[in-house]
Amino acid sequence: MVAHADTRVVHRGGSKINFRAPVITQDSRFLICVSGECIKVFSTSTEECIHHLQGHKELVTGLVLNPSNHLQVFSCSEDGTIRLWDFTDGILIRVTLLHLKTPSTLHSVPGHCKKFGLVSLNLPPSVEQHVMVKGHTIVFQSVSTDPKCIAFGQGVRMHALTHSLTHSLTHSHTVFGFALGTSGEMAARNAFTCVACHPKDDCIATGHGDGKIRLWRNFNQEKEYTFSTVHWHHSGVNALCFTPEGTNLLSGGLESVLVQWRYGQEGQKDFLPRLGSSIKEIVVSPDGSLFCTSHTDNKITVIKNCTKVSAVIQGLVHGDGVKTALMVDPRTKALVLNGKPGHLQFYSLQRDQQLYNLDIVQQEYINQSNLDQFEVVKAALDSRGSWLATVEQRSAKEVEISLKLWAFDEHTQSFVLNTTISAPHDGPISEICFSPSSQNSTTLVSVSLDGHFKAWQLTQPDPSDGKQSDEEASWSCDFVGDYHSLEPKCCCFSADGSLLAVSFKEVVTVWSPASWDLLTTLSQPPGAIQDLCFGRLSCSKYLLGATDKNLCCWNLLTCSLEWSTALDVSLLLADPLSENVACPFLFVFRPSEPRPHFSQQALCTGRVTRAVFAPRDEPLDGCEESSQWLNRSQLYFLTHNMELLTFLTKPEEERLMALSKQVAVLKKHKQEFLHTSCLLFISLFISQFALTLSAIMTLVLSILT
Amino acid sequence: MASFKPTRIQVYPKLGEKVTQDTLYWKNYKAPVQIKEFGAITSIDFSPLAPHTYAVTASTRVHIYGPFSQEPVKTFTRFKDTAYSGRFRSDGQLLVAGCEDSAVRLFDVSGRVAIRMFKGHTKAVHVADFTSHGYQILTGSDDYTCKLWDIPNSAELTSYKEHTDYIRCGITSKLNRDLFFTGSYDHTLKLFDARVDKSVMNMDHGQPVESLLLYPSEGLLVSAGGRYVKVWDLLKGGQPLVSLKNHHKTVTSLCLGSNGQRLLSASLDRHVKVYSTTNYKVVHNFDYAASILSLGLAPDDESIVVGMTNGILSIKHKRTPEDSKGAVQQKRQPAYRIFVKGKNYVPKQEDYLVSKPVRQYLAKYDKLLRKFNVSKALDEAMEQWTRLRKSEIPMAVIKELDRRGTLKNALAGRDEKELCQLLSFVIMNLVDTRFTATLTTMAEMLLDIYQSTVGMSSLVDRQLLRLQELLDKETEYQQELMEVLGMLDVLFASAHPRKEVTLPGRDVCLCSIVVHLPILPCGYL
Repeated sequence: MVAHADTRVVHRGGSKINFRAPVITQDSRFLICVSGECIKVFSTSTEECIHHLQGHKELVTGLVLNPSNHLQVFSCSEDGTIRLWDFTDGILIRVTLLHLKTPSTLHSVPGHCKKFGLVSLNLPPSVEQHVMVKGHTIVFQSVSTDPKCIAFGQGVRMHALTHSLTHSLTHSHTVFGFALGTSGEMAARNAFTCVACHPKDDCIATGHGDGKIRLWRNFNQEKEYTFSTVHWHHSGVNALCFTPEGTNLLSGGLESVLVQWRYGQEGQKDFLPRLGSSIKEIVVSPDGSLFCTSHTDNKITVIKNCTKVSAVIQGLVHGDGVKTALMVDPRTKALVLNGKPGHLQFYSLQRDQQLYNLDIVQQEYINQSNLDQFEVVKAALDSRGSWLATVEQRSAKEVEISLKLWAFDEHTQSFVLNTTISAPHDGPISEICFSPSSQNSTTLVSVSLDGHFKAWQLTQPDPSDGKQSDEEASWSCDFVGDYHSLEPKCCCFSADGSLLAVSFKEVVTVWSPASWDLLTTLSQPPGAIQDLCFGRLSCSKYLLGATDKNLCCWNLLTCSLEWSTALDVSLLLADPLSENVACPFLFVFRPSEPRPHFSQQALCTGRVTRAVFAPRDEPLDGCEESSQWLNRSQLYFLTHNMELLTFLTKPEEERLMALSKQVAVLKKHKQEFLHTSCLLFISLFISQFALTLSAIMTLVLSILT
Repeated sequence: MASFKPTRIQVYPKLGEKVTQDTLYWKNYKAPVQIKEFGAITSIDFSPLAPHTYAVTASTRVHIYGPFSQEPVKTFTRFKDTAYSGRFRSDGQLLVAGCEDSAVRLFDVSGRVAIRMFKGHTKAVHVADFTSHGYQILTGSDDYTCKLWDIPNSAELTSYKEHTDYIRCGITSKLNRDLFFTGSYDHTLKLFDARVDKSVMNMDHGQPVESLLLYPSEGLLVSAGGRYVKVWDLLKGGQPLVSLKNHHKTVTSLCLGSNGQRLLSASLDRHVKVYSTTNYKVVHNFDYAASILSLGLAPDDESIVVGMTNGILSIKHKRTPEDSKGAVQQKRQPAYRIFVKGKNYVPKQEDYLVSKPVRQYLAKYDKLLRKFNVSKALDEAMEQWTRLRKSEIPMAVIKELDRRGTLKNALAGRDEKELCQLLSFVIMNLVDTRFTATLTTMAEMLLDIYQSTVGMSSLVDRQLLRLQELLDKETEYQQELMEVLGMLDVLFASAHPRKEVTLPGRDVCLCSIVVHLPILPCGYL
């Protein structure tokens, strides 16, 4: 195997913007959030991304405004640095290196990180761009990694949560512990989930796993504390936040309802329901006019005046897994995949922005665990992007399936439901595909585990029926096929649409869609066929089939096996613009010759589940042989843990670098370091002292003179 | 904050026939007027002259109804026993009727007492009709004879004794004064010519003949007997033309509609079927409450009159354009007055249009579902009107509750009346294939919840027994269907040519028809 130094696997968009709580600037104009290795600055009014703050080498794990200069923001990352940025101009001001990190051991063995501590650091005042920080003091051992579990009260009091204890830590480093529900089921359910401190009063609010919120008072003496309990949430409270004046307490959880409690009159509460998905974080702007909730579906909602959703910033939705194949919409060149539950998302790869969400299921989503929800399990777009077929499935007691066909409406520029076929098959549908044939006659083939495959065709209403002429064209079943009552697995149309291959266990059957005659059968036991793919362009006479152990290539002119090789392949991808076929873990080859012209092992951690060739707007003119396969289209793939990756060739990378350098002309900022005392908390990966045990630690940085 | 997505009401394909011109035409009748007579209605005859009154023979009377009257205009009661076959003469002035006591009576329509009596038969006379010139009467009797009588001197002219069983139907030619047809329980139809002393044509129907009908051109004769309706070509010497078997019980009455374009047949199976006379396909079907004995159709299909064994006379009048128009206009008027408010305002140049947000209107059950009031939402969807007329609405709500996992909560805690209502809904719709899957779950839940209360309420117990009966019946039915399916499989297998490469397309098409029959998971009770 040849090593290819000129192509590199990179993350491409779709990083989590809900990983940490976003930050609203002092003037409420900007919203800053982490996004993988970079930091994004959004406008709160237009939802537009204004700056990408790039510089961190690893995942950004914390964000906080500079208390001394509210036009600057601190960020920390797993690469062991703390950076200070000017977010209005998008400029890096200072890098602080922490000597605590051992990134190589940390990153590859995350499972060993078990001990977390809270550490305070002194950031020395400096005007240099690179600063090393050596000394630190451990404030606190073994706290939760989640920043929601640490809160700062008035003065220098700090509250942190561990399993079922709340600590109060004063300036004099005294620690109080309060315990709840000592044993049994109660103790498991009322575990602490989050904490918030009242900005004026001596009051701590804590959220619990059973949906209760407890308000603690008088906790400066260990024995005499009191607490009151309020309860609305039916499952755990995920986020708590006091408004800056302390008049209201906001809470959110799985129900996706923002609850606003009046401080002091907890009986009164307001609701903001149906925010989309469960709330992860709540942030309030310093002047209290904007609320900001970040949700589990990679979304940040900006709420104005406590009642109105004014902006929604949506990233690539990372569901529980992509059930549909990755697709590229031929019209918008957007990536199409599962989005929110019951939705398909159209995600622009060029702009790293979600274009729109298409509601497939069209039902009210009930936020409740252990509920069988309808899920979009299959989707297919036809070659011109004018039809979309989706399969939704709910597997309660018996499987409920419906097949929906959506027509593209030029007027509204979105898909409109044309036909719903409930229970198209008796069993789950394993694959659907459109025939690529041109003009107006499109055929959809659905393959199901009930042993049949069905062909669906668009039928115009019969004009002879007379009155029913206002009916639109709709889809209906044209043909039902089976083969010796075997279970079909996958289907594939040839590039010109004249042949349909359907695999039944070990057998590949080839049909003619014009007459629905069975033309031939091909088989290469042992092993059931996992995926099928026709060659393109000059290789269109070849049919590729992947089994558990073999990759086979049949010549359709002779109906015989051309070549086969022992290879564990589960996915075959044909580039629509060239002859190349790719099978992740990665080999790229032409069906005409059984020799890969590109191969790369160990692409990334985790197994590649889905991949797609996205055609480029303009072909690259890369001349190196090994990267030529990337000239026409780009290969995007999705790993097991929902990371979207792609290949970047060297010329492309150079071009991108040149672009970013232009931006990164540093202005010389005069650094004024105010002599104030404040607290700032950031969590990051560091190893604890010289121990071999690596750990995530939460740092308390006290910037002191 | 996204708006609440209302419950999706599934649109189910309409079961039954396709909407054609014919169904629209034959559905365009008002709700039937029902009149109770004293006994089974054996004959209905329309007067050939306007206003088309009609004679209804039931029990010992012959009533004459006006075209729109609900009370008889005239009644002839001078029968000693059951009357049969009240018929008008072609001028509408005279009426003849047979009787169980073997006498045939002739009435003046304006009079009351029989003006002539024809005695000569020895048994009940079921057939009586005027010949085309109107001076003679044809009668057929249970004594196997048919006779021709002269009206002026009430004398018997001829008697034919060729049938070997009861004569129960007969018809005279409207074009020729000497020709008439009789049908008998000896399975034969005979054409007689009064100028000859024996039958001139003989046709075998194969079943006891109940009714006869001549086309206006008199080239074709239609006979009904047993489950068959047969059409005979008289110009080809009585060759059978078509045999129709669309009823599943004896066909009792025939008549022509739409100026001879449509043929109607009524049967003991409680259906009236409408055939096209060009291809003899059934184009429409009427359902009635009881077995039908007689059928009459007013000229231009103005009304359909049906007499049943339980003595109920059902009259359907055609809906006139004025009727439907009037109804619509009445409804609209008040809405229009509100609708027009501000519509005639002409906007000025400097006016600025403030667009109002479109308000989302939710159905009552949706409003309750939004508040998670599951029991109330189910109650709302189970309102009498929607429950009976639009069962897809309660079904959609039940499905939605099931999806939310709260169906059990919604079903629990019901009192006797509500529970009965739920159970009767289940019983009503359980065997409907479109609803079976959901209702099975619901029935199981109901049984789980109310298991302990069985025996405490007679009403609930009765419903449960009904449910059990229904399921037993359904399982039996399914078993029969499976047997048929098995037989068909054998037939297909033997008929299928042996080939190396099978062509599944063809036989799958045939099989799919069978597979679409409702399948119910059996025996969960």
